[in-house]
Amino acid sequence: MTLKNNWVQLAILAVIIVILPTFFPSGYYYRVGALVFVNALSVVGLVILIGYAGQISLGHAGFAGIGAYACALAPVHLGIPPVLAILLGAAISAVLALLIGRPILRLKGYYLGVATLGFGILVSMVLSNERGLTGGPDGMSVPSLGLRPLLRDMGLRLSGGEFWYIFNAAALLIGIWIAINLYQSATGRAMRALHGSETAAQTVGIDVARFKLQAFIISAVYASVGGSLLALQNGFITPDVAGFMHSVEMVTMAVLGGVGSVLGATFGAAVLTLLPQILTVFHEYEHLVLGLVMILVMIFLPLGLLPSLAARIRWRGV
Amino acid sequence: MSILEISGLGISFGGLRAVNDVGFSVNPGEIVSAIGPNGAGKTTLFNMISGVYLPDAGSVKLNGEDVTAKAPHILAKKGLTRTFQNLQIFQEMTVLENVVAGFHLTENPSVWADLLSLPSARRRSAEVCEKALQLLEKVHLSKAAEEEAGNLSYGALKRLEIARALAVGPQVLLLDEPAAGCNAVETEEIDELIVELAKSGIAILLVEHDMKMVMRISNHIVVLDHGEKIAEGTPEDVSRNPDVIAAYLGTEEEPAHADG
Amino acid sequence: MDALMQFVFSGLTVGAVYALVALGFTIIYNASDVVNFAQGEFVMLGGMITVFAFDAGLPLPLAALLAIVATAAIGVALNKFAIEPARGAPVVSLIIITIGASILIRGATQVLFDKQLHRLPAFSGDDPIHLLGATLLPQSLWVIGGAIAIFIALWLFFTRTLLGKAVLATANNRLAAQLVGINTGFVMTLSFALSAAIGALAGVLVTPITLVSYDVGVGLALKGFAAAMLGGMGNPKGALVGGLLLGLFEALTAGYISSQYKEAVAFVVILAVLFVMPQGLFGQKTTERV
Repeated sequence: MTLKNNWVQLAILAVIIVILPTFFPSGYYYRVGALVFVNALSVVGLVILIGYAGQISLGHAGFAGIGAYACALAPVHLGIPPVLAILLGAAISAVLALLIGRPILRLKGYYLGVATLGFGILVSMVLSNERGLTGGPDGMSVPSLGLRPLLRDMGLRLSGGEFWYIFNAAALLIGIWIAINLYQSATGRAMRALHGSETAAQTVGIDVARFKLQAFIISAVYASVGGSLLALQNGFITPDVAGFMHSVEMVTMAVLGGVGSVLGATFGAAVLTLLPQILTVFHEYEHLVLGLVMILVMIFLPLGLLPSLAARIRWRGV
Repeated sequence: MSILEISGLGISFGGLRAVNDVGFSVNPGEIVSAIGPNGAGKTTLFNMISGVYLPDAGSVKLNGEDVTAKAPHILAKKGLTRTFQNLQIFQEMTVLENVVAGFHLTENPSVWADLLSLPSARRRSAEVCEKALQLLEKVHLSKAAEEEAGNLSYGALKRLEIARALAVGPQVLLLDEPAAGCNAVETEEIDELIVELAKSGIAILLVEHDMKMVMRISNHIVVLDHGEKIAEGTPEDVSRNPDVIAAYLGTEEEPAHADG
Repeated sequence: MDALMQFVFSGLTVGAVYALVALGFTIIYNASDVVNFAQGEFVMLGGMITVFAFDAGLPLPLAALLAIVATAAIGVALNKFAIEPARGAPVVSLIIITIGASILIRGATQVLFDKQLHRLPAFSGDDPIHLLGATLLPQSLWVIGGAIAIFIALWLFFTRTLLGKAVLATANNRLAAQLVGINTGFVMTLSFALSAAIGALAGVLVTPITLVSYDVGVGLALKGFAAAMLGGMGNPKGALVGGLLLGLFEALTAGYISSQYKEAVAFVVILAVLFVMPQGLFGQKTTERV
């Protein structure tokens, strides 16, 4: 079964986001929450690409890298404020997705996987190699967003953690709202239709190439904004943000949560973001456990954590 | 004038001539059936007319316009759509959503309006939903509207495909074995539906193994064997044609089964 | 000219390794339609296990043999515990499973062994051979020669032995192979063992040149995959040609354009090939049935 994407899910999530901080033992958890939200935002984009339109990408971290470095570079070199740099990054990502999406999306399955993977690696390679601009593999610092002092002047004092918790939560909720709109719309139906059967989708007049491309561009913008927020929140960025492992993590989060569902995506992002936090005690075993989780979930909960659990509960309830 | 004109259509697969020099035409409101033994090339012919395969010879004309080898979604825009012998359903969408997806061209979505859920987009979706429900009524599936399509029975899915095709608002409708796998009652329902559609002016091209049904509802029959047209005419003409009888008796034919 | 020969030699050496990784992909892909993203880890395991067995006092040939057998066993386990239970799963799931396996193997290696770079002594010394105006390490000949030997042995296996033909039959049509009595489950096991063993052997051969650490597998897997796609997925001849071509492209790019972007150019070439002929150099066109 698939979880239907609707307003109930958005409402549930909003309530959780509001209530959660009352259980935080320390300010540190705001940071963790903010990280979960920003990852979830990127993953919601992948839900649109993988879950709605049925296309795989193993290179979306490339777009995250573009978003991140746009925020690191544009304020310094172009003198534009970081908030606008987010939009600039998103625009560059969208144009790039448009250009490479056209030829790449003719491919299917593994071929599409490796083509997108190649794209992601190219981006991370450029970021690593252009030391003069990006500082190379050591990374570079990112200017502050500059909203917090503004809020302070208006009389609203927030810690860094609190600010990013609220800011990223808002971004995530908007991102999910848009994804739900899309799901219920004619465009979203066209994407899901071509996922079900490209041939049948064409016979009802759906221009398959066009809607694959739209899904690709939209998901690229999500990843780019996610990358931007990550960079701004951390104040520092390395080319790892565009790396293959980050792409893999993003896809894993999407599939873990249940790839058709935006709420599941958030859940998957939360699990995979929290796992390393919990495992820092066993830092040595981090990769071992991550790999094991990926395999076990795919075998035993193929629909993803949330839909599989929901199906199980429903089954017991009957 | 004929709305659909096929002439000299042919295709080869790795040296095998699957369909060769087939031509005929269909008028608005007419039911034309393509029949023939298994492997005669009926589905391949359908795939060429509907733009799924690229023919290497011949032409397809729709309303006098050459549409040979045009992509299926272009053909849909020009008023030609089809159903499939082995079902092509959007499994994970609801029954209603399947039909609503069929109204894609009516909705003509704008991605910005859809992302932001603008009132214009919502209004159009609501209108289309209404029409989709009417179509489901027509194929007796309105009760299952909210079910996931993958859960429906085979016969119900066959009807769902027809409803989805009708949502396109076709002038020409290609039906590939609409009654295969359906019981007698369902077959009769589909039978009546097809006649009704033809009466409303849609040109129908039919591939069907149920000979009783074909003989009863067709205005015109085209007989294929080994990829060639061996006969053509009214049901009476064709059923008396010695070549046709030979083609059918010459092969071990299971009329009720799907062909390849 | 001398420089060109030098680049060709180094290109052929790394190309031979890519060809072996691509061959490993091909064998598993043919048997199970799975693209095994953990393929590079087999190469890494071959190198790492040999290094540690050798350091523990085993003679080099014995250490290498141990590494190959152990890696083959890990390949079989991968099939048994991760691929077989997910039979029929969508491509995305299988991609995640094999990437998960790759991360798991990497994590386990890092825990069991360490995170250091390791070297092995060259098999026949380090005195360079002068050939056509360029110099060549004896170990390069071992790598290229080893690759050629494996391809010939495999070609004989697939064309001359009943078991090899059974593997080919399964690759061609699984159901038909089952109907004529081929144990396709065993063919799967065999394919994973073979593929892992070939990867491990490549790791043993190349470690004296490139060194080995727990994290070299990802890069190799990507290159091997790229090589397999360049040659045409599922075709052993394509794996060989694709691997060598990729190695040459890389070496020439490193030599004449930029060593930083040598891997980038490799991917650009692969993307270009995919767009122009998505089935690769030796792949077959397929018609989708509806």
